[in-house]
Amino acid sequence: MIKRFSWTATTTWLVLLFLHLPVAVLIAYSFNASRYGGRWLGFSFKWYERLFRDDEIWRALGYSVAIGLAATLLSLILGVSGALALHRARYRLRGLHFSLLYLPLAVPDILMGISLLLFFVLLQVPLGVLTIVAAHTSFCVSYVCMVVLGRLQTFDFTSIEAARDLGATPWQAARLVLLPRLVPAMVSGGLLAFTLSMDDFVITFFVSGPGSTTLPLRIYSMIKHGSPPLINALSTLLIVFTAAVIAVAQRFTKEVPRT
Amino acid sequence: MSPTNRQGWLALPSLAWLTVFFAAPTFIILGLSFKPATVTGGFGEGWSLAAWHMLWDPIYLAIAWRTLWLSSATTAICITLALPVAYYLARCAPRRRRLLLIAVILPSWTNFLVRVFAWKTLLHPQGLLKQLLDATSLIAPNQPLLYNPGAVLLVLVYTYLPFAILPLYAAADRFDFGLLDAARDLGANALTAFVRVFLPNVAHGIGVAVLMVFVPALGSYVIPELVGGVHAEMIGNKIAQRAFIDRNLPLAAALGSCLMLVVLLPMWARMAWTRKGTDPKGPSNPASEPNEPAGGAR
Repeated sequence: MIKRFSWTATTTWLVLLFLHLPVAVLIAYSFNASRYGGRWLGFSFKWYERLFRDDEIWRALGYSVAIGLAATLLSLILGVSGALALHRARYRLRGLHFSLLYLPLAVPDILMGISLLLFFVLLQVPLGVLTIVAAHTSFCVSYVCMVVLGRLQTFDFTSIEAARDLGATPWQAARLVLLPRLVPAMVSGGLLAFTLSMDDFVITFFVSGPGSTTLPLRIYSMIKHGSPPLINALSTLLIVFTAAVIAVAQRFTKEVPRT
Repeated sequence: MSPTNRQGWLALPSLAWLTVFFAAPTFIILGLSFKPATVTGGFGEGWSLAAWHMLWDPIYLAIAWRTLWLSSATTAICITLALPVAYYLARCAPRRRRLLLIAVILPSWTNFLVRVFAWKTLLHPQGLLKQLLDATSLIAPNQPLLYNPGAVLLVLVYTYLPFAILPLYAAADRFDFGLLDAARDLGANALTAFVRVFLPNVAHGIGVAVLMVFVPALGSYVIPELVGGVHAEMIGNKIAQRAFIDRNLPLAAALGSCLMLVVLLPMWARMAWTRKGTDPKGPSNPASEPNEPAGGAR
């Protein structure tokens, strides 16, 4: 037994090394004065300085944040209402509704991208920020809905009955009893939607138009024809940012009282 | 208060949105593949089989074959690596387990393009890995590490490994490890016990893991584009080329339809398999699915 245990442990540590090494090397290189990774030419902040002077990156970041916020807001409205319906209501299209919310999680991005592109071309919708928001909302809804649905499963709906018995209107009961209990799920679902939107490349690539270069689109063109060390620096900043978002999300999920 | 019909209206916003922006576009691409292409890069009048005729080009058959074998190999390697990890995670102390799980998920929170780029730097002729391998003279000095199917396979495995570990861990966590001791007491050696007792008990997790690796791998585009080059293209690259380079949208639609078929088949197979099994509630219990690593390989 002990022998097998150490064998699986070794594999686990090697797998973790494999998963973390590229990112670690990337962060280290962002401080490397050399243009290519092979040689270490001394510690330097010069790529960060150049990064801060690169206006295109900051404009792209602006687009990404604006699109991310819009997609998050829309997917929160659609996802929370959808989750409430799936959890509470009995209606004829429930099975179809669930499949529509579940399938976007399973369909590869490229299929979603090409179908949305062809759909927009067919309807002669001009590609740009609006089509990107629509596309992002479409895949974020599912994630928000699944997170909220998970929370609803631990919610005791008799507390709503209690509120109603004590004279609350249905709207008051929903606002004062249900909503506060859903806030943690809405925050983590919203953060998830925002990061997914900020992160998305493939779908955005298909439905973007002139003048809607998001950060991932900019990173992609930098990888294809540009300056590797700048990407190292940018990636390191992104990793720090994501870590901060996760820390916030963790705090919110931890504050949930156990039911 | 029992579930009511009065709250059914809450389904409307998301139902309408997803019908317009998910269901309609997904079904429309099959229809659009039977349209003629126009010189301006749009769809012509009437119907045509031109796009499907063009798919018979040996180039596309080679691409389809490469897509299938790369995705299958990725799935096989990911499962093989994820099984011992899941086993170890399920057996170790809760505190360490939580840290290890975070360590498994953490890299997938890094931007996907950035992770692919990290590999591109490592495999670059002047990159760290290439230099290390040259120093140990494990490979021929002129052997490039980038721009071949091997590089694509490596980065695919790297990207989808967490997607295999998590569902397998969820399955291993529910496994009663006392059964392994029982098997050993009854005379099975460690390997037999692992194969005949552990594996059948985590079969459900293996099914989920296969789906979560194989399906997105089939639709890979960025990885073969950035580390693969011309000799390691997959069907995703062809879809993007037809959409953006020579703007033959009906052909892009036909390629997309083929990919959709290949993606739906394993999903249907699994749905049929679960329905046959112990899950009579079907879609009414979504929480029974293990969560995928968020922000993974979108």
